[in-house]
Amino acid sequence: MAATAHRPTARKRPAGAPTREPVRRRGRVVQWKGYLYALPALIVLTVFLLVPLGQLVQISLFHWDGISVSTWAGFDNYTEIARDPRLRAGFLHSFILILFFSVIPIALALMLAAVTTRAGRLRGVSVFRAMIFLPQVVAMVVTATAWTAIYAPDGVLNTALRAIGLESVARPWLGDFSTALPAVGLIGTWLEIGLCLVLFVAGIGQIPAELYEAAKLDGAGPVREFFAVTLPGLRGQITVALTLTVIAALRTFDLVYVATHGGPGNATSLPAYEVYNRAFGTGQVGSACAIAVTLTAVILLLTFLITKVQPQEDQT
Amino acid sequence: MISARERVLNYAILTLFAALALLPLIGVVSSALTPAAESGPSFTWPRHLDLGNFGTAWRQGHFATYLTSSLLVAVSVVVLTAVLAILAGFSFAHFDYPGRSALFYITLIGLMVPPEAFVIPLYFNLRDTGLTDSYWSLILPQTAQSLAFGVFWMRNFFRSVPVSVIEAARLDGASDWRLLWRILVPTSRPALLTMAMLVFMWTWNEFLLPLVMITDESKRTAPLGLAFFQSEHTTQYSVLAAASIIVALPVVASYVFLQRHFISGMLSGAVKG
Repeated sequence: MAATAHRPTARKRPAGAPTREPVRRRGRVVQWKGYLYALPALIVLTVFLLVPLGQLVQISLFHWDGISVSTWAGFDNYTEIARDPRLRAGFLHSFILILFFSVIPIALALMLAAVTTRAGRLRGVSVFRAMIFLPQVVAMVVTATAWTAIYAPDGVLNTALRAIGLESVARPWLGDFSTALPAVGLIGTWLEIGLCLVLFVAGIGQIPAELYEAAKLDGAGPVREFFAVTLPGLRGQITVALTLTVIAALRTFDLVYVATHGGPGNATSLPAYEVYNRAFGTGQVGSACAIAVTLTAVILLLTFLITKVQPQEDQT
Repeated sequence: MISARERVLNYAILTLFAALALLPLIGVVSSALTPAAESGPSFTWPRHLDLGNFGTAWRQGHFATYLTSSLLVAVSVVVLTAVLAILAGFSFAHFDYPGRSALFYITLIGLMVPPEAFVIPLYFNLRDTGLTDSYWSLILPQTAQSLAFGVFWMRNFFRSVPVSVIEAARLDGASDWRLLWRILVPTSRPALLTMAMLVFMWTWNEFLLPLVMITDESKRTAPLGLAFFQSEHTTQYSVLAAASIIVALPVVASYVFLQRHFISGMLSGAVKG
């Protein structure tokens, strides 16, 4: 959500601003006071974020149960990720969740954006925006309890299915090996579609109306208009939506912790859940750290790829 | 002009998605209002409204304690983040010194790294210094996490302030300190409010960190308390629904209340860009 509000702005700065700076600096004395202003934030960041990150990598190279003396493991904890079927499954589940958290919401929101190109100018749109965006601000634990009730054996979903004669389809959605992961995934779709829709509707509002008029004059139908004007105009927003939703999918923890505890079996086990479970449940701290390092690397790599695929001038 | 047909279609789509977003939440609200006797394992529609579940949840779930913990932690994180992010954002936006961009990029690491990554070493560090099971173990790490965003946010806002404004202040002989607190901070009020709201929400909703750091029941935050409450109340959904509302309400209420600032912050940023 944060980046929602922000990144588009950051990208739109005049290209002249950043290039001016080095020149200015060369002509000026070093402003040492700048360090003082940045210092308090840097200290907090270093002690509580950067140092632990370094330690994470260090611990990942040891066998450690969190209590007794650790022993050197080399890359054992990493090779274990490739060997252990439960961990492999965890990462595979993450990628399936990306489908539900990112691909489906973005595709749906884009289709909707295509038909609501001028929704941003409708009366009362801010009320709709507030409602559609609401799932994003509700604590994940609350979301999880709500959906647990929906998916429960005697829950709303099964009651509805029975009412329309689909008794055979009804099942404990979160307790069934074949449906648990998609059921969790659909919660993600519900969560993220609002984010994407709000982003895209706002983005379309920023596309100059002349472009649409020009497309109309050229005789473009709705489909061509979408591909020629709307889609290119939303590139920045799509990048932001992809980044945010992919990260959300890979980081999913609260949802699974409350709704399924990784079960049934390991049907919904996810890397973030394994990190927690091994470090604080089964005393495999070294292994937990190796998973955390791998997960972080995957997140950084995907974030990097997403922004690279959409090259744009960015001053930061 | 928007044609009538287009208008109807747009409203229909917006209504549909607003309904989809709201339905599960409405289910929670209606279940919470169902008298305990009529409650089931899932959503229920009350025959008559009953507020008793809130009292039951409040007492049985010790939510007075949990909400106090959450409020204390969230407000501390917001204040600390705001002060530190203003100072660092000012530094990165308006001073020239070697290593400035390198330091700025380092702060950005926190934007991309998930809490799952640093929570394990953090836990052992804090345990060794005796800080686990204290509010500090929640406040300081979450300040660090929020700072990555806060510094980025404030720096970009400060950079968007027109040079003429800053030059005018300098001509009047304003010191850096005065320029920051008398001119830049007041003009950045919408940005600050947006940041405060986001940091408040992230901190309030955070689950993993309190789960790891806190064992003392009296220091549990609201979402953590709810997770424990849920595992104890699987049969009577109405009480759990009431508890869920208690936990979600502070953030949802501030979202409704501060939405105007939030949107105006977004729009003014877009216009300036």
